[in-house]
Amino acid sequence: MDAPEEPLPPVIYTMENKPIVTCAGDQNLFTSIYPTLSQQLPREPMEWRRSYGRAPKMIHLESNFVQFKEELLPKEGNKALLTFPFLHIYWTECCDTEVYKATVKDDLTKWQNVLKAHSSVDWLIVVVENDAKKKNKTNILPRTSIVDKIRNDFCNKQSDRCIVLSDPLKDSSRTQESWNAFLTKLRTLLLMSFTKNLGKFEDDMRTLREKRTEPGWSFCEYFMVQEELAFVFEMLQQFEDALVQYDELDALFSQYVVNFGAGDGANWLTFFCQPVKSWNGLILRKPIDMEKRELIQRQEATLLDLRSYLFARQCTLLLFLQRPWEVAQRALELLHSCVQELKLLEVSVPPGALDCWVFLSCLEVLQRIEGCCDRMQIDSNIAHTVGLWSYATEKLKSLGYLCGLVSEKGPNSEDLNRTVDLLSGLGAERPETANTAQSPYKKLKEALSSVEAFEKHYLDLSHATIEMYTSIGRIRSAKFVGKDLAEFYMRKKSPQKAETYLQGALKNYLAEGWALPITHTRKQLAECQKHLGQIENYLQTSSLLASDHYLTEEERKYFCQEILNFASQHSDSPGHKVVLPMHSFAHLRDLRFTPSNAVVHVGGILSVEITVCSQMPVPVHVEQIAINVHFSIEKNSYRKTAEWLTKHKTSNGIINFPMETLPFSTSQNSLPALELYEMFERSPSDNSLNTTGIICKNVHMLLRRQESSSALDTPSGVALEEGAHVLKCGGVTLEPGANTVMFRTQAKEPGTYTLRQLCASAGPVYFVLPHLYPLAQYDVYSQEPQLHVEPLADSLLAGIPQKVKFTVTTGHYTVKNGDSLQLSNVEAMLILCHAENRAVIYSNTRAPATGVESNMLGMTEAQRKHKDTQKAGHYMATMDHKVSIECPWSIYSTVIALTFSVPFRTTHAVLSAGTRKYIQVCVQNLSELDFHLSDSDLVDTRDGTDLQLLPLNTTSRQHIYSQQSVFFVWELMWTQEPPPSLHGRFSMGFRPASEEQLSISLKPYTYEFQLENFFTLYNVKAEILPPVGTELCRTGSLCALEVSITRLSDLLEVDRDEALTESDEYFSTKLMYEVVDNSSNWAVCGKSSGVISMPVVAQATHRVHMEVMPLFAGYLPLPDVRLFKYLPHHSAHSSQLDADSWIENDSLSVDKHVDDQLDSSSSKSRGSVHSAASTEHKGLPMPRLQALPPGQVFNSSTSMQILVIPSKDDHVLEVSVT
Amino acid sequence: MAVCVAVIAKENYPLYIRSVPTENELKFHYMVHTSLDVVDEKISAMGKTLVDQRELYLGLLYGYVTNSKVKFVMVVDSSNTALRDNEIRSMFRKLHNSYTDVMCNPFYNPGDHIQSRAFDNMVTSMMMQVC
Repeated sequence: MDAPEEPLPPVIYTMENKPIVTCAGDQNLFTSIYPTLSQQLPREPMEWRRSYGRAPKMIHLESNFVQFKEELLPKEGNKALLTFPFLHIYWTECCDTEVYKATVKDDLTKWQNVLKAHSSVDWLIVVVENDAKKKNKTNILPRTSIVDKIRNDFCNKQSDRCIVLSDPLKDSSRTQESWNAFLTKLRTLLLMSFTKNLGKFEDDMRTLREKRTEPGWSFCEYFMVQEELAFVFEMLQQFEDALVQYDELDALFSQYVVNFGAGDGANWLTFFCQPVKSWNGLILRKPIDMEKRELIQRQEATLLDLRSYLFARQCTLLLFLQRPWEVAQRALELLHSCVQELKLLEVSVPPGALDCWVFLSCLEVLQRIEGCCDRMQIDSNIAHTVGLWSYATEKLKSLGYLCGLVSEKGPNSEDLNRTVDLLSGLGAERPETANTAQSPYKKLKEALSSVEAFEKHYLDLSHATIEMYTSIGRIRSAKFVGKDLAEFYMRKKSPQKAETYLQGALKNYLAEGWALPITHTRKQLAECQKHLGQIENYLQTSSLLASDHYLTEEERKYFCQEILNFASQHSDSPGHKVVLPMHSFAHLRDLRFTPSNAVVHVGGILSVEITVCSQMPVPVHVEQIAINVHFSIEKNSYRKTAEWLTKHKTSNGIINFPMETLPFSTSQNSLPALELYEMFERSPSDNSLNTTGIICKNVHMLLRRQESSSALDTPSGVALEEGAHVLKCGGVTLEPGANTVMFRTQAKEPGTYTLRQLCASAGPVYFVLPHLYPLAQYDVYSQEPQLHVEPLADSLLAGIPQKVKFTVTTGHYTVKNGDSLQLSNVEAMLILCHAENRAVIYSNTRAPATGVESNMLGMTEAQRKHKDTQKAGHYMATMDHKVSIECPWSIYSTVIALTFSVPFRTTHAVLSAGTRKYIQVCVQNLSELDFHLSDSDLVDTRDGTDLQLLPLNTTSRQHIYSQQSVFFVWELMWTQEPPPSLHGRFSMGFRPASEEQLSISLKPYTYEFQLENFFTLYNVKAEILPPVGTELCRTGSLCALEVSITRLSDLLEVDRDEALTESDEYFSTKLMYEVVDNSSNWAVCGKSSGVISMPVVAQATHRVHMEVMPLFAGYLPLPDVRLFKYLPHHSAHSSQLDADSWIENDSLSVDKHVDDQLDSSSSKSRGSVHSAASTEHKGLPMPRLQALPPGQVFNSSTSMQILVIPSKDDHVLEVSVT
Repeated sequence: MAVCVAVIAKENYPLYIRSVPTENELKFHYMVHTSLDVVDEKISAMGKTLVDQRELYLGLLYGYVTNSKVKFVMVVDSSNTALRDNEIRSMFRKLHNSYTDVMCNPFYNPGDHIQSRAFDNMVTSMMMQVC
């Protein structure tokens, strides 16, 4: 610490500044106490309460103790704060009243008067007590008396301004206490003084600031005042407050500059507008740049001086505050705003001067920051400093360009003069950096000294900047610097080094789709590639540029011409091919096949028409346009094609190609839209839905790596495919815009042809579109001749003429004149051929052009008639007839089966009336057609003349509608003994109602059947008689049932069976009767059935009496009486008949059960109608019952009814409604 | 007052970019593109609570990010220092509103280059406006 005796400089501008405290009185005493005092004072912090609501702060106080001199006291109007004594202390250890009165009091008074004269109220009197001294003196007054006296004399109402310090140099608790009290007092008084004096200063300063609109106001003066305050805060280690002072000054100045720009200029500001003569950059290594400060003080500073000084101070404070990154950030802002302010104030600056200033400043700031941070910190805060690096690089570059250091030849004399001027503005190197090897000053000087040195420094800086940008992920900035570097390399004629940077930048712009930078960078790249002699790359870039709409027409034409020139120059050197991607040259818009389904027969002509949009600015003549085709033999190619067609729905044969690879829209937005389809998967067994979902059909397009799109620009991505199948079109001139190119090819081998590559060539230059998407394919097929025969209607009907279509698909077979189809048919099927019926030939576009006569695909029509002779089935019976066809193209004959359906179903029935017999034939039309029926006839096929069939039908033509029936009835008459059986044949003519006149006669429809045992043998008659004495039957009363069974004929052939017994020429048979009432109208009392022996004689009658009781009133039908043949038990055909089936079969009510009846009786095979149906084997040897054939029993009381009246005592009337 | 206005898609390709004077168009394109470095940095650093930032590095350049990460970048003439933050903010709000109108147009495909006369006029007004 400075000794108090040492002479002090008037102003101390070092960081060792401390608030000044003056010491008066006993200097020796103070010297002895000083070490302890200076050590103890800052030990404990003290709270400093601030005015203007500023937050209180804890502050460690230190002081600079100096000997009291009157000159130290500030004179009126002196604004210096640093030299301001904040406290005045008077030291004394006087303990003798006499001494006090003699010297000390006077001394004190003098001191006080001086203070008062300068209106200083911050003072303190310290009385030091010393026990050792006290002991030496004998006549001592109480210690307090001196203190009291002093207080009394000087401390008017301020008794605390006099304090006692006891035994300061001893080590006792009392000493300690005394020290503490003293130090607390001292600190309090110091802070009080600060508050008071600084407050007063600030007030004055504010007043000064308010006067800034007055004409004579000077910013520099004010600057010095406010800086004084900043100094004090800095002195008190209140860096934050100090910084605020500078920031306020900064803002004030900036505001003035802005106002000046807006036309509101202050006089003092014109001073800062003087031309810039010195540009030696910021100086940050000294806490205070006294040179500049003095310039400001003298009001001679330029704008750069002021800014430099201000920033240097801010920088110093920020570094104290441990905020180096803010320095970097502020520096960048400062450099930019300075440049701007100079422009705004229209200060004249020599060219390059500002670049020097900025460059030096950037490096100075960076070096200053590096000086106070370690490597780790710097590396993790690159984001803050990289801006300065980049700015320095930029400025060095422009200096290099300015001073001719980038040109190939080196600087000329003008450049050298400029360099000298620039260097002179730097002045001499400052002493503080003179010894450092890497000072900004030395760097700049060296860089401007020679071309080589410049290159070294510029490359160093650029690489460092790029590296930093890259390391913090600012890729775009890195690429931008890289592009500058590339420009530099291009200037230096090292295109190989430039290329990497240009490619890198271009890739970046392409990835993000920035059209203008892409164009610009590409232009640079083109130049670079031209210099490098990368012909392919250059041509490719040229083609991209020629199609670039962001360039002018002239530029585009130039690049287009470059390609054409190359093509024409090298057209004579075969073998060398330059393959370029097509998309920059032209865009394939659509493709159209003719025929439109893109399926062609072998030998047929297929044409492909493509529309190509040329992107070139001028018409380009290409020698050939070719489409490379991939050929694959595929089985079933025809079906595949149909599937393909439906999938693509190119009904008109046009395939549109999306604009996929525009040169600049390779960014994400050009991705194709999602092609989503719904999907259902059903289980094969029951067609129920198993899974459902959505499929994206163009996943391969969407999930493509992003880089792959830019890979299109590299020539390696395109390879020229050489294939055997190529569609070619020569000598085409492509006008700018849409062009149509037509390809024609004759189909050769069958298979699928996929269009792969589109290639346009001009000389050795090939523009290739490597893949066509969506897929474009055409198919060539070859087919075996085929013959199809099919009816024109849904199905063929037997018996009527119908048309059948013959379809011959000739395929590869060529039809020759005289070729014929030979049909061999069975007799049952007639082929009707009319003279006027010719094979009609439908010419087909797919026909190969071999000759006019060759009929490729024809239809032959033939009429045919088929007569069905087969017996009618029960349903729409069908039958197949085979036709064998000899085709000229094959040694084998084709056999085709034709199915015919019988339109009718016919049934017959026997009806009886006593012994008279009728035959009923029912014809049912099962087809969809209506028919006319005529000439119905029934004949007995046997020669028996005794049998006569008497038709009861109309002879006229009958109409039978679809799905309806017609009945025919004949009466059976015989003259002699009736035959046991009848073989009937029914026939009728028919023809379709729709065809009125037919040229041919149709064969009639026939139906054959056989009837046996149809003569009536027995007549059964039942009769119910009311009880004796009554007229009518009553319910509940027994009635007599009389059944009489009468034999109607003598012994006949049919009677000869097991039941017949013969005794003495007398024949009898056993019959069983049974009375059954199914409707439960009657209760049969007693035996309801019995076996009778019936004599086989005509008119033999058997009567049976039974008793029955009616259960209901009304007209009741009589109970059924059934008759069976009773066969002895030893018969082999033991059968138990079902009673129900008998009922039906006995009854003659055939109309009720037409179908059943017909079913059971129409079959020829069923001679003994029911026996076969009801054979049921029984193990026991029982007599058997056999039904009598339906014609043999005639029930004459069928359908008879008898009136039953209710019994009298029956009060309940039952009514049943059915 | 604005010399360049750019609307940049989430994926960093330009949806709209216009500058006056036109001869410096390329410079502005480079400038706006490079500034995306800083914008990206700020977006990732600040996450959702991003309102408005200024970046002084490339001349005076202002950025604004919508909720859908569409960026607005505006370059203003730095000699026009009278421009205050809140004026810039209000310009951005106007820009944002106009952009929203564009998005509401049913015939506009999000992601396409903006070709709207209303939007154009609004940008023109921002460039002409003298403070």
